[in-house]
Amino acid sequence: MSQTQWQAVIGLECHVQLLTRSKMFSGASTAYGADPNTHACALDVALPGTLPVANAEAIRLAVRFGLAVGAHIRPMSVFARKNYFYPDLPKGYQISQYEEPIVEGGSVRVAVGDGRSITVALTRAHLEEDAGKSVHDAFHGATGIDLNRAGTPLLEIVSEPVMHSAAEAAAYMKTLHRLVRWLRICDGNLEEGSFRCDANVSIRPEGDSTLGTRTEIKNVNSFRFVEKAIEYEIERQIRELEAGRSIVQETRLYDEARQQTRPMRSKESAHDYRYFPDPDLPPVVVPAELQEAERALLPELPDARHARYLEALQLSAYDAGQLTGDRETADYFEALLSGVPGQAKLCANWVLGEVSAALNAAQYDIVACPIAPAQLADLLGRIVDGSISGKIAKDVFTAMWAGEGSADAVIAARGLGQISDDSALVAAIDGVLAASPEQAGQFRAGDEKIFTWLVGQVMRATRGKANPSRLNQLLRERLQSC
Amino acid sequence: MALDSATLVHLARLARLSLGASELELLGADLDRTLAMIDQLQQIDVNGLEPLAQPQAPDTGNRVDSVTEEDHSAQLLGLSPAAEGGYFLVPKVIE
Amino acid sequence: MSRIEALDTVSGQLAALAAGSATAIALVERSLERAAALVELNALITTTADAARATAARLTPGSGPLAGVPFAQKDLFCTRGVRTTCGSRMLADFIAPYDATVSERLNAAGAVSIGKANMDEFAMGSSNENSFFGPVRNPWDRQRVPGGSSGGSAALVAAGVVPFATGSDTGGSVRQPAALCGVVGLKPTYGRVSRYGMVAYASSLDQAGVLAHTADDCARVLAAIAGADPRDATCSTRPLDDYVGALGSGVRGLRIGVVAEYFGAGVDPAVAQAVRGALQVLEREGAVLVDVRLPSLPLSIPAYYVLAPAEASSNLARYDGVRFGHRCDAPTDLADLYGRSRAEGFGTEVKRRILAGTYVLSAGYYDAYYRRAQRVRRLIANDYQRAFTEVDLLAGPTAPDVAFALGEKAADPLAMYAADVNTVAVNLAGLPAISVPAGFVTGLPVGLQLVGPAFGETRLLAAAHALQLVSDWHLQAPGAAA
Repeated sequence: MSQTQWQAVIGLECHVQLLTRSKMFSGASTAYGADPNTHACALDVALPGTLPVANAEAIRLAVRFGLAVGAHIRPMSVFARKNYFYPDLPKGYQISQYEEPIVEGGSVRVAVGDGRSITVALTRAHLEEDAGKSVHDAFHGATGIDLNRAGTPLLEIVSEPVMHSAAEAAAYMKTLHRLVRWLRICDGNLEEGSFRCDANVSIRPEGDSTLGTRTEIKNVNSFRFVEKAIEYEIERQIRELEAGRSIVQETRLYDEARQQTRPMRSKESAHDYRYFPDPDLPPVVVPAELQEAERALLPELPDARHARYLEALQLSAYDAGQLTGDRETADYFEALLSGVPGQAKLCANWVLGEVSAALNAAQYDIVACPIAPAQLADLLGRIVDGSISGKIAKDVFTAMWAGEGSADAVIAARGLGQISDDSALVAAIDGVLAASPEQAGQFRAGDEKIFTWLVGQVMRATRGKANPSRLNQLLRERLQSC
Repeated sequence: MALDSATLVHLARLARLSLGASELELLGADLDRTLAMIDQLQQIDVNGLEPLAQPQAPDTGNRVDSVTEEDHSAQLLGLSPAAEGGYFLVPKVIE
Repeated sequence: MSRIEALDTVSGQLAALAAGSATAIALVERSLERAAALVELNALITTTADAARATAARLTPGSGPLAGVPFAQKDLFCTRGVRTTCGSRMLADFIAPYDATVSERLNAAGAVSIGKANMDEFAMGSSNENSFFGPVRNPWDRQRVPGGSSGGSAALVAAGVVPFATGSDTGGSVRQPAALCGVVGLKPTYGRVSRYGMVAYASSLDQAGVLAHTADDCARVLAAIAGADPRDATCSTRPLDDYVGALGSGVRGLRIGVVAEYFGAGVDPAVAQAVRGALQVLEREGAVLVDVRLPSLPLSIPAYYVLAPAEASSNLARYDGVRFGHRCDAPTDLADLYGRSRAEGFGTEVKRRILAGTYVLSAGYYDAYYRRAQRVRRLIANDYQRAFTEVDLLAGPTAPDVAFALGEKAADPLAMYAADVNTVAVNLAGLPAISVPAGFVTGLPVGLQLVGPAFGETRLLAAAHALQLVSDWHLQAPGAAA
């Protein structure tokens, strides 16, 4: 029986693989999925005499991130050696940044559901190199080391411990994930390990200002598992403390099968990393010109776009949220909108409806969409000008997706042009009324519901091409006039 | 300030050197004397002195981000005392 | 004693090749014969006779600034396809897959490598008694040390096996063996020569150097190896001076600071007298001798023995038996693999320095030792900078004594360290320095050290050259079987 009200305190450290072609300190490729050790050069294998030289693009991407989160960019930051022995760390040290990181401070606004937002302050972000990979089960009594990943540039983004629930932490992780993809500094591929988060979790009695002992949960590679792992860990810590035990500061893994966290077996509880500035590398210099150049290149950030969609375009919070889920979708939407100005809602419906469904079915990302925004704009234009109904437009869309041509070409080829011409419509209506005297009489007698049936009949007679609003108007007129 | 043996053992572990008892003792005595010599630095007034990390300001500049290395795996794995199937091998590590 | 021959110098060999009185093949054979005759000096770890002959056979005289001149390389310069041992069991069978920049440039200049010179293990030592491959003997007295760590290189030049050799200098390892062997040893400004492919001992102190009989020869070799290298981030892009062209500048009006602390209590009076005699020769040639003080000089030993071992402990972490180098038999687990491979692979002095370096970087000690030593380093550098506002060069004995007996100091590492007092400060300040033969005491060579301001190699070489025009200490050669 819980007497104490507990507060969870969570901070996240996210390792973001930067989108560079080559490694942080060598010219080997960072491309994923190659055969083992084929993307490891002499430096990555730490051969004697090899020396690191910093990747200018990685520095630029780190600056871009810092600017986007309103952080302070250090004009001069220092690479430091983090010394420890592990087979996936060939030099016996990782080149990272310690006392003087390139980015300090900053914050990220996170929507945590129910219209609520929190601001997560960031402590810092720094540049470092990734380690290689271990393969444990493929060799008899041995572990295999693949150094392809060793040396890949990482930006380690550290949040302040200001989240208080697993849900908040997961929301932050998703927001950060969207942001690094939005900025084009990371591809955000969770399965490939481009974006990895470790969670530091501790609890304390509600109202306490000191921090409890924390544990670190590592190697969780999905948003869902991060949330579950943190939830479990919070409960575990509460159980431990309420049973009179204390929390051991340790590193834990999330066991997906058992849905529990458990301690990592091989890591020592406290490493002495013996940090010192790396003598092989000069300080990282970020001149004002580089900052200004990157600032000028910053895209409109997700939050700003979201706000603009709400206010200027009058879209719903749901639509705005969905459209700003990633930059490519937002860009597609705006390119589409520029082709049918003033039709924000229509465009939103189509992007989030037909386009999204078709992409999901084909397992495409929006950048691979076979219908370009301008082409889709032509189609939507035909709805707006009454040439076709929305329903017909969906068929045209499917035909365009299959490569049958432009909107107009498909409409013409299939004779799908909506009948808006009054005389043709009147003719169709009169034909139906003549064929359905009973139903016409029911309407005139006051049965409003039969109207829908009559509409359906005219639609059928025109093979769906009647302009619905004009049809409604004219049908009512004809019924009332006869 | 003589080092205690626990510290010495800890240092050898940190440095991944498996030293026998007598070697440890000898090296420990050497380290004691070296540290005593180094302790002279404690007497110096270092006020106002910024640490000097690199004696000449490096000016080579950063690397352009391009792939300049090809597949060297055969050659590099060939240098290893224990490699198999494209991997470097170590005794099994349990995580 | 006897005298060196014209063919013992680079300039002499180039002249003979140009005149046609010697061929590249003949010069290589000459070197190989002498190496074989002097095998008891143990100055070479690997001799590359066939490759040298093949290179010489292909060579066109005059095709490069050093075309046809045989040389030896200190065994910490990576040489493609050739064993690169660093004098250590750890790399006893390591065949480097690439060439160091220094090796590459000397090959491109047409010089012909006859092999890899013995050295103190991983450049740690001042006597060349710390090599896994056995000690090197001083050609002037086979029972004495040649100095270290570039003992093999110095002995090979002194014995007339090669006209020049490469070395490395972290705390005096080119200059001190040059002094003890009666040859010229040049350590350029830190960053003047690329460290790419030069196996690292202490990254902020290491610099490649040259050993030869004359300043002229050193100038020629420096011109071939120095200059920008994008593969080494600490290598300077500053353009090269005309080292050879400026040799004849003379010393008229040159202010030479005679450093009181260089003539400290530990210096043998006869050595001091010989060095003062050499300085008087320069004075007669027009140099102005000025008394100067470098009060922080005695601090250079403790500062060096914090910083160098610290950097070394990190640089040598990559030697773990996994990807290259010595691996222990049948390791039981990862800790055993690391622990035994390293304990077996490294010699005693290397272990001493790794432990010391680990200690000074470890948690709680970083500020008290490493950071403090860096601040003392600043103090020392400031002293030199101030001195160079008053004088053009600084001078003193390179080493406090002539070559000592093999085994004499082996049991007393601290005595060995203390003898480096005249040389290590130069590495801490990153300045260029040269040791020039300045006389003999009891038939053993004595060296005069000249120190210059940053990138002042031209001034150093010109002063050394001026001394050599009016003296003949550098022309003495050890007698047969001394």
